Parts: sequence; C-alpha cells; structure tokens
Amino acid sequence: MKILVCISKTPDTTAKIAFTDGAKKFDEAGVQWIINPYDEWYALVRAIELKEKDPSVIIHLLTVGLADAEPIIRKALALGGDEAIRVNADSSDSYYVAAQIAAVANTEKYDLIFTGKETIDYNGASVGGMLAAILDTPYLSLVTSYSIEGNTSTITREIEGGEEVLTVNSTVVVSCQKGVAEQRIPNMRGIMAARTKPLKVLEPSTADTLTSIESFELPAPKAGVKLVSADNVEELVKLLHEEAKAI
Amino acid sequence: MVLVYIDHQDNQIKKSTLEAISYGAAVAAQLGTEVHGLLLGTVTEDISTLGQYNLKNIYQISDASLSNFDAQVFVKTIAAAATKVGATTLVFSHNQTGKALSAGVSALLKAGLVTGAIALPNTSAGFVVKKSVFSGKAFANVSITTAVKIIAISPNSYKVVGGAATTATTTPLEITVTPGQVKITALNKTSGEISLTEADIVVSGGRGLKGPENWGILLDLAKELGAATACSRPVGDAHWRPHHEHVGQTGVQVAPNLYIAIGISGAIQHLAGVNRSKTIVVINKDPEAPFFKAADYGIVGDAFEVVPKLTEAIKKMKASA
Ligand SMILES: Cc1cc2nc3c(=O)[nH]c(=O)nc-3n(C[C@H](O)[C@H](O)[C@H](O)COP(=O)(O)OP(=O)(O)OC[C@H]3O[C@@H](n4cnc5c(N)ncnc54)[C@H](O)[C@@H]3O)c2cc1C
Ligand SMILES: Nc1ncnc2c1ncn2[C@@H]1O[C@H](COP(=O)(O)O)[C@@H](O)[C@H]1O
Repeated sequence: MKILVCISKTPDTTAKIAFTDGAKKFDEAGVQWIINPYDEWYALVRAIELKEKDPSVIIHLLTVGLADAEPIIRKALALGGDEAIRVNADSSDSYYVAAQIAAVANTEKYDLIFTGKETIDYNGASVGGMLAAILDTPYLSLVTSYSIEGNTSTITREIEGGEEVLTVNSTVVVSCQKGVAEQRIPNMRGIMAARTKPLKVLEPSTADTLTSIESFELPAPKAGVKLVSADNVEELVKLLHEEAKAI
Repeated sequence: MVLVYIDHQDNQIKKSTLEAISYGAAVAAQLGTEVHGLLLGTVTEDISTLGQYNLKNIYQISDASLSNFDAQVFVKTIAAAATKVGATTLVFSHNQTGKALSAGVSALLKAGLVTGAIALPNTSAGFVVKKSVFSGKAFANVSITTAVKIIAISPNSYKVVGGAATTATTTPLEITVTPGQVKITALNKTSGEISLTEADIVVSGGRGLKGPENWGILLDLAKELGAATACSRPVGDAHWRPHHEHVGQTGVQVAPNLYIAIGISGAIQHLAGVNRSKTIVVINKDPEAPFFKAADYGIVGDAFEVVPKLTEAIKKMKASA
C-alpha cells in the first residue's frame, strides 16, 4: 500500500499575528514555523502506525511550498515516512494547491491520501475536498478514526450531532482530526535517518488560481473585563440579562 | 441566481441552514437577483415554509441513491445542478456537511470558494468576502476572481431573518446521479446534546475542575442555560470529556452569543478557538489568569462555590421573569 500524507507549514500556535505591507501580508518577522498540527499529530502519525503494522507500506510526504517549506518537510520526515516531495510553488490559493497535489497523485497512484482537517492559519478546510473532486475519489471529511483490513477501509467521521461509521474499498482522501492518532515526539534516530531520506523537488504544473487575499484585519480590542464579586453572582446574572442580553 | 444548499438530517432543516438561506437571500438582494434552494433527497418537513426566509423556490433532486450521504456523489450532483439552473453564487453553511461538500463543488466548477465567511460580500469593486483566519485571531478579505462564486458561511455568524409572508415553491430537478462507493454501517448520535458549533451558549471547563467527577456543577449550569458543553485541550486529552468537546486552535472553533469559561487559564491556543464569541464570562480563582484579558465579565473565585450559586441565581431570575 502506498500512502500520501499532505503536509503544510503554519506559524507556531503562539506566534504573534501581525500584518505588513498595508495589511496585505502576514508579518513573518520572528515567527517560528511548524508542521500544521492536524497534518503532524493525526495524518502523519496514523500513516506511520499503518507502516509499523505492515512494513510493506510506503509513505510519501508532500508539501506545496517555496524553499522556506523545506525545514518543515524535513521535520515531518524525522517523524517517519519514506520520501518527501516538495512542489516548488506558492501555496496561497487552495485550488492551485489541490491541483498540484492531484498532478503528483496521478503519476504516483496512491492507495490512500491523508490531509489534515484544516490549516490553522488560513482555516480553509478545502484542499482535501478539492483534491478528491479532481481525482474523482471518495472524500471523507473530519475523520476521527481510520483502519484498513485487506482492501476495506473503515472510517469514523464527524457529522452534525454525532458520528458516522462507514466502509469503502477504493482509494480515498481522508481529512484527519483529533482521534485518528496521538501526537508523537520525534526521536534522535528518526532525525538522523531523515537526513538520508530522499526529498524530491518538482516544478509546478499549470493550474488556475480562483481566489486572492486582498487584505487582513485584526479584531477590535475588548473594552476590558467587568469584574463581579464572587459573593454577588446575582449581579453577573443581571448584567448578562440586561446589559449583554446574552441570557 | 444565488443557490443555497439545503442541508438536512433526520428530516430536519438545521439552524445553520436557515442562516445560510438568510445569508443567500441577502446576497441575492445585494446582487439584484433571485435566491433558490437546492435539496438533495427528501424530508418530511413542509419545505414551502422556507419561503419565510425569502427563499423563492427549491430545486429538489430526489434520487434514491441520495438517501445516504456520500460526499463524492453529492459534490457531482450539486455541481451538475448548479450548472443546469445557472447559479452564479452558491451558498453553503460551513458546518460539518458544508466542509464535506463546498470544496469539491468549487473544484468541479472551478468556482472560487471562501470558507468560514463571516459577513456579506463586498461587491463595490469585485467580489470580496471577509473570513476568519488564524483560528479567529484575525480576518482576511478574500477576492473571488471567477465568474461563479461559492461562499461557506460560518455557523452563528449571520442572523436568521424570517417572517416573510411567502411560501417557497418546489421544482423537481432531473440530474443523473452516479451511485457512490461508500457504505454507511453505523450512525452514533450524541443524542440529547446540543451541537457545539450551533449553540447560542457554551459552558466550558478546564483543568481547574480537577477531574471528570467534578463536571456535575458545569453540566447543571449548562442544562439551566440550554447550553452546549465544551472543554480545554488537556481535559479532552485526559479523557475527562469526549474529544469532540475540545475547543481551541486545534479543536472545534466556536462563536456563540455567550461563552462561559470555568477553570480555564486562557492560553493563546484556547482563545484562538473561542474569541469570536460575542460575550465571554470567565470564572477563575487566579486573578492573574490571562483569560480575564479576553473576557467581558469575570468572577475571581473558586469554581466549586461560584458555579452552583450561579446556576441557582439563573434559576431564580428565570422564575421571576
Ligand atoms: C500546538 C498547541 C496547540 C494547542 N491547542 C489547544 C486547543 O486547541 N485548545 C486548548 O484549550 N488548548 C490548546 N493547547 C494547550 C494550551 O496551551 C493550554 O495548555 C491549555 O489550554 C490549558 O488548559 P486549561 O486552561 O484547562 O489548564 P490550565 O492552564 O492548567 O489552567 C487551569 C486554570 O484553572 C484555574 N483553577 C484552578 N482551580 C480552580 C478552581 N477551583 N476554581 C476556578 N479556577 C480554578 C487556574 O487558576 C488556571 O487558570 C495547545 C497547545 C499547543 C502547544
Ligand atoms: N501547501 C500545501 N501543501 C501540501 N498540503 C497542503 C497544503 N495546504 C494544505 N494542505 C493539506 O490540506 C489540508 C487542509 O488545508 P486547508 O484546506 O488549507 O485548510 C492541510 O491540513 C494539509 O494536509
């Protein structure tokens, strides 16, 4: 079985969110970059677990990004996986990114494709669904558990107010979230091994972009907290009812 | 024409769909065009009543293979329907169903998509939609540069606007539906619970509650308020609460009217998932807890004393109202 794990690069969760260039660009000054948590903790770790169970499994990691995405894909390789691919292109439009991944998938013929539920910077939750549509494969979104027996994948996914369990026998695109696996810490052996693993750089194929970011905004700051004494919860209830009109 | 995807479950049209219809109607008014609905499958509910949200007409595709949800099949069907009726703007709710569908339809139609939209598009020059990014820490204004446009509106971001004295017509639509490959084998409903992303009020607990056995006080408060319950990540990780309740940057993102945080310190990753809430109340025994900086109202005190008193006070207020 051949698995593709889609890896994206995001600012560290504690990064200061600021913009430059007349609020047109994310300010990268001093920002630490990490593997998007959904891609790392759930998608990649689950793929590694599948390989631990069946050593014949081959794992490819793929990122669409410029040279600055390289440390991230190396870090992902240190966790596990056999080889990495970087498509050398800007990644700001989801459709463009999905089209790049689809082009690679069309030549590599994966049996299973994992993405994260969404990136924690642009919160698109789109690339997986677009990729599945381009490849014309089933798409399983918001997945909380994945297993495979023979050719049959068994998948649990979140629906409104519950979960749905399903089976499918074909290549699938699965967007992973909490539940699929548990976060792991890379060890020294993995970090050393990653240095000799192949990282292929591909030039992008032609594809359209459908959107562009015009500008960013920061939310208006809060007016400041109104503190109520712990002995006077009635006052809080009154404020919530009359002032905030929240209850 | 603006076409709104009518999501349904257990024969019910959910609040998130009513928001999407209201939003779609406003977009249509802004563009000077009509708003129609698209319904895949059948519901027992009388859908003509959706006219009260200014929906003119509902295209319905009632093919038998649409009775079970399969994103691949639904995406192809919606794309074909949108083309057939000549939709220029499609609207989805960015709920669980919308997350399974809008991106695929966008790819098939090569129609630019903005997910997690929080406001009406700005059409003064082009077509620019505001969406929440960095898990609620900022907003981006995204321009859709294609002829057909798709917007997935965040739950709880657009008010349901009802009360119009009209009924919606239903038009059956013939679309060839290719059966899918996915077999649904079980449905596990978290029955009786209020859906976290749709809830008006969310009551959330953190490590300050010390253990799962102490959640009773929080559940009582939630019950009194008709609220959904949530928790911080360590609480989900420790399995004190089910993982689908974990909110924050790496969990569920919520934007209720009222978010009550109990024994949660307010780490930046937690705030990222909740700071679009309209009103935030923090109950924490540490006056230095960072959450107070992001709160509208706060009580410095021991949750085990404050929360039961609060539940009582709300009961009293309701009784006297
Ligand atoms: C990459 C990354 C992603 C993350 N994503 C998320 C996420 O999505 N969501 C999330 O929540 N966290 C996330 N975290 C974790 C986050 O950094 C914090 O560790 C976490 O939010 C803390 O949870 P907490 O507030 O419940 O616990 P603590 O930080 O331990 O806070 C407990 C609070 O309870 C108060 N308290 C104690 N006893 C009482 C009492 N009797 N009455 C009242 N108050 C009391 C304390 O004063 C304290 O403020 C993430 C971390 C990382 C590194
Ligand atoms: N530039 C990228 N390269 C590779 N995979 C990506 C990229 N962007 C997004 N993805 C994958 O698609 C998922 C959803 O991303 P998004 O639609 O941007 O929220 C991510 O969790 C990744 O698995």
